[in-house]
Order: sequence, then structure tokens, then C-alpha cells
Amino acid sequence: MRHLSCDVLVIGAGGAGMYAAIEAARNGAQVLLVDRSLIGRGGGTVMAQMTVAAAVGPEGTDHWRHHLADTLAAGRGLCDPALARLLCEDGVEVIRQMEAWKVGWARDGDHLRSVQAPGHDRPRCVYVDFLSTGPAVSKTLRGMVQRTPGITRLGDALVTDLVKQGGAVTGAVGVHIESGDVLTIGAKATIIATGGLTRLYRRNSASANMGGDGYALALRAGAELIDMEFVQFFPIGHLAPRLIGMDPIMWDPFRYKLGGRLLNGLGEEFVDRYGSTDSGRYVVTRDLATYAITKEVEAGRGSPHGGAWLSFRHIEPARLRDAFGPVIDRLAAAGIDLGRDDLEVAPTAHYHMGGIRVDTRMATGVPGLFAAGEAVGGANGANRLSGNAITEALAFGRAAGRSAAGWDSGIAFNAEAARPAIALAHAEGPAGETAALFAGLQAIMSDNVGPFRTAAGLAAARDAVHALRAQMGAVPPGKPRPHDLARVDWFDLRQSLLVAECVIVAAAARTESRGAHQREDYPSMDENWTRNQVLRLIDERLELSDRAVPV
Amino acid sequence: MSEIATLVIDRGGHFDRFAIPFESGQSVLDGLRHIRETVDPTLAFRYSCLNANACKECMMLLDGKVVYACTARLEGREMHLAPLPNKTLLRDLATVIAPPDERLR
Repeated sequence: MRHLSCDVLVIGAGGAGMYAAIEAARNGAQVLLVDRSLIGRGGGTVMAQMTVAAAVGPEGTDHWRHHLADTLAAGRGLCDPALARLLCEDGVEVIRQMEAWKVGWARDGDHLRSVQAPGHDRPRCVYVDFLSTGPAVSKTLRGMVQRTPGITRLGDALVTDLVKQGGAVTGAVGVHIESGDVLTIGAKATIIATGGLTRLYRRNSASANMGGDGYALALRAGAELIDMEFVQFFPIGHLAPRLIGMDPIMWDPFRYKLGGRLLNGLGEEFVDRYGSTDSGRYVVTRDLATYAITKEVEAGRGSPHGGAWLSFRHIEPARLRDAFGPVIDRLAAAGIDLGRDDLEVAPTAHYHMGGIRVDTRMATGVPGLFAAGEAVGGANGANRLSGNAITEALAFGRAAGRSAAGWDSGIAFNAEAARPAIALAHAEGPAGETAALFAGLQAIMSDNVGPFRTAAGLAAARDAVHALRAQMGAVPPGKPRPHDLARVDWFDLRQSLLVAECVIVAAAARTESRGAHQREDYPSMDENWTRNQVLRLIDERLELSDRAVPV
Repeated sequence: MSEIATLVIDRGGHFDRFAIPFESGQSVLDGLRHIRETVDPTLAFRYSCLNANACKECMMLLDGKVVYACTARLEGREMHLAPLPNKTLLRDLATVIAPPDERLR
């Protein structure tokens, strides 16, 4: 067993975690930045090939208040306005800071190039060509993390539990995947920056690391989760032909830039039929597009693999080449000629609006515990505006780093308080089919807790989750050893089953349809449900309550 | 129509063979994940993104050449997989690839 100590422990080295680490260190803290994978290569940020929203246009062309208005409108009445404001207002500063750190946003002369994205009232989204936004943000932050004194980086470290003493979080217990050793970490403050829960779904656009473990860590430590029923499905994730080495959501920016046509199995445009105006400006929001595609498939008008067609065939080859750049050669290598071939696309789990409940300091209410990025719930309400995820990661990461740097509960880490967690990390059990169990969880969630839900489906999902919990047993399979994915999957299942149950419980209680949560049995939005649902874990039992949306 | 790829995996002293049904275009990483879900959940290899070639973790030897498992495609033949030869072996196809200053000291 190994013990490490620091002032600020940051769990997760995506955009939020890296920014938090930099900011905490700049404010004088000794920071330990851990990730279950490599530093700055896992998580959601590196996968994000899309655009990033911030009101950075030249003076007079935009203002963060306009961005805020669009964010609140997209959130369908459920955003925490203070968190949404922080995202939009501080978003301007962090996007400029990234520019100063040479991320390389595309430019038009002396200002950043802003493009239109759905749900925005004007061009407001910056990006890095070509399809390099997320990798460029990750690389830039990785470099800054390396150059900032006071940050220790540790990869292959899977945090399995937080440690609490006298009501405060004083550190964490984890497994060093590389060696199989158990780790204990003492920290004055801990920031959860583990991203969302898209791994709960079979078809998803994030990394395999995002199974919601940070939500479970927070919940078990006594923090509250908010808006857990709202999972955003990206309407046009790549479905077919099989495409590898590319982000499944890569088509979207091109669709907006070039005007790609979305067609049903009969070759007809159809989004207009669902109460939106898609033609021409491509401003349809994600929840409506997901709804439209799913309904076309249900009506028997889907594409062969069960999605919709995306077509660029009406675009001149020179314009395709100009917009796609080197990507067109990568597509050609995969046998795809956009002048000849349409693509099949379908809704893909992409982002989670819900998460850990925090205030604008990113404090959870549990002393010593903070959160940042997608792990936080509340800023985006029932539906996230396109382009807000990276902005949120950076702005909330900065806020969390600042707050955590000044925090000290005055309680020193004591391994005695960590004893049950240490015992579990050391525990040895019989072999188990943990990877198959996780695939089973993905099937349950995809089939019953996707964008469209019913009371019966949600009840069946909850029973199935309980059955999986019984199957996985009380201890991880085998004994600690280097890089044992079966044990890693077991620790993931322990967290992901709890998080899946949170989504199911909140979705079952919300008897209306709003944003990313659509109930087939309650198809309308209900004004009485303009409320946030909050989950706590009390004596191993989930407790759900609802409360008025903050003003 | 699905074909069968035979993955022959160097597991440190012995080789295991796995017959993997696949559809055209699927990656070696798809095949390795399929093995974990259906045959052997303890098979060790590194990855964190899913076929996006973003995390750059899934480097290994395919028929003696360094590849990313996520961009190499399954083929209907014997395919030999081995860990990177110039890195410290953890288990099976997983090696230590993190920079020294990101490791436990």
C-alpha cells in the first residue's frame, strides 16, 4: 500500500481537472492530479471535435448575456441561473486564456472566428481546425500542467472511495491500476472532475472511462446529485458504414458549415414534421433532432441500420474539400466518398446535464469536496446548448481550483477512517464475468432509459440493475495484480450501477416530457414540473426530493 | 455477412487463440473488447477512447508491426498480437506507456 498527500486532490485529467489543477497551483496549493488513464488523454475533452461557445466576438457583436439567454432557453426552465451565468461570463475569460496559451482557435484577421451552432442567436462558437478542438484543448492544458510548479501528475490511478472524517472529505482511496497496489491519498480539498456517464449506454461518443464514477464518489460521501434524469443524446452520431479512428459525432460541424441534409429511409427531409424549422439554417436543437430521428425509425422510415441518412452529395466537391480538409482523405481511406455516399447517423449518448450539486464556488456542501466540468449538474438544465461543454469544463475547473486552493478543514487524513475502503480495494473474490455484466448494464440503459422512456420500461430497468448488483457479488474478482481489467470493471460496476439507478429513479418520478427527458406516457411538458430533482444516499438508500429552480 | 478473425495473443510465455466473428470495417480493438465481454474479462490491454484514435493508448504489435488497435482492422485470417517490445510489460498486451513523471515513484 502507498500513501500520498497533497493540499488539493484533483480526480480526472480532462479539461476541467487540468484547468482546476493549474488554477489551484497558481493559488499556492500543492496539487495531485490523478487520472485512471493517461494524464490529459482520456475523458470527454480529448474526444470533442466540435465547437466551443463563448461570447468572444468583437466589441458590440455579442455579449455573455446573450449567450446566457440562449443557455437558459435551451435548458427548458431548469438551469441554475447562477451556474449558467458563470459558464457564459467566465467562459469568455477562459476561452481568451486558452488563446493566450496558444490553443490555436481559428481566426479571421485579428479576432477569433465564430461560427453558428444550433440554439445560438448568432455566430458564437470557436474551434480548432480540422476536427482538432478537443485534442488541441487537451494538449494545451497538458503542456500548462507540466509547466506549472506545484502539480504532481499520476496516471493509472482509479479512485474507488472518498474518505470522510468529522463530516469533511479528507482524501481518497484508490487502486493503482499499473501495479494493482492500493493507494491512500490525504488531501485538504478534493475536486471531482471525472466527467459524465455516457459509458452507461451501448452507443456513446465519449471515452470508456466515463461511467459516472465521480457521481457515485460524491453520493457516497454525502453530496447531492441534481437533474440526473437528463442525458443528452447527440442526434447524428455516426452509425454506418463502420468508421474507425474518428469521433462518432464528427459530422455535426460539417453539417452546420455546409448544410448537410438529414433524410429518412425514403430520402425525404423530415425534421420539419416535428415542429421545428431545420431547413436552411440548421438551427434545430439536439433534443428535437433526436426525437425526429427516433420517431421516423419507429414509423418504419429509418435507414437500413436504424437511423437517418446524412447527405453531402449536393455540395460541390471543391467546397467539400475546402471544409473537410485532410479529413476527406481519411474518409477516402475508409472507403467513404462524400460526393457519392450518404452516411447513416443515429442518436448517441453524448453528455449528461445532471451531476453533482454545487454552488458557484463549485463547493458541494460537504466540507472539502468540490466538483468541476461535466461532473457538475445544474448549469445546463434539461438540455445543454451546443458548444457549452468545453466552456463549462474550463470555467468550472478554474472556479473549483480557486476555491479548493484556499480550503482547509483542519482535519488530517487518518487511515483508520479509510479502513473499509482499503479493505475493499485489497479484497479477493471468485472470478466473475465483469465485462459481460457491464455490457448488460449498457443494454438495459440503452433499451429502457434512452431518450424515450415509459413507467414500465423504467421499472424493468430498475429490477435489472438490482439483478446485476446481486450478480456482481460483494468483492472484486481475483486478487490485486498489475492491470487487471476484470477488477477495474468490478469497481466500475459498483459505481455505475448506483449511478444508473439514480438516472432511473429520477426519470421514473418526472411524469412529464422536457428537454432530454421524454416520457412516452407523459408526452407534454408540465409547468408544475419546472422543478429540479435532487438525490441523496442515506443509509445505502437513494432518497429523491424535488425543489424549486433557483432564481 | 460476418467473417472470422483468429487473434493469436502473446500472453507472456504462452499464446491464446480467439476466433472473433466480425463485420467488415471493425477494428482490432473491437475484437479485443469482444473477447473481454464473451470469453476472458481478464485479458489486459490499454484503451480509453473508443475507436476515435484520440487517447493513443492502444498501441501494440500486430504481426510484428506497431499499430493502434483502434485503427487496425480485423481480417479473416490469423492475426498475431503482442505487447510493445520496448516498454515494460504489465500483463498480456498492456505495457507502461506513461511518461516517467506521471508514474508512481
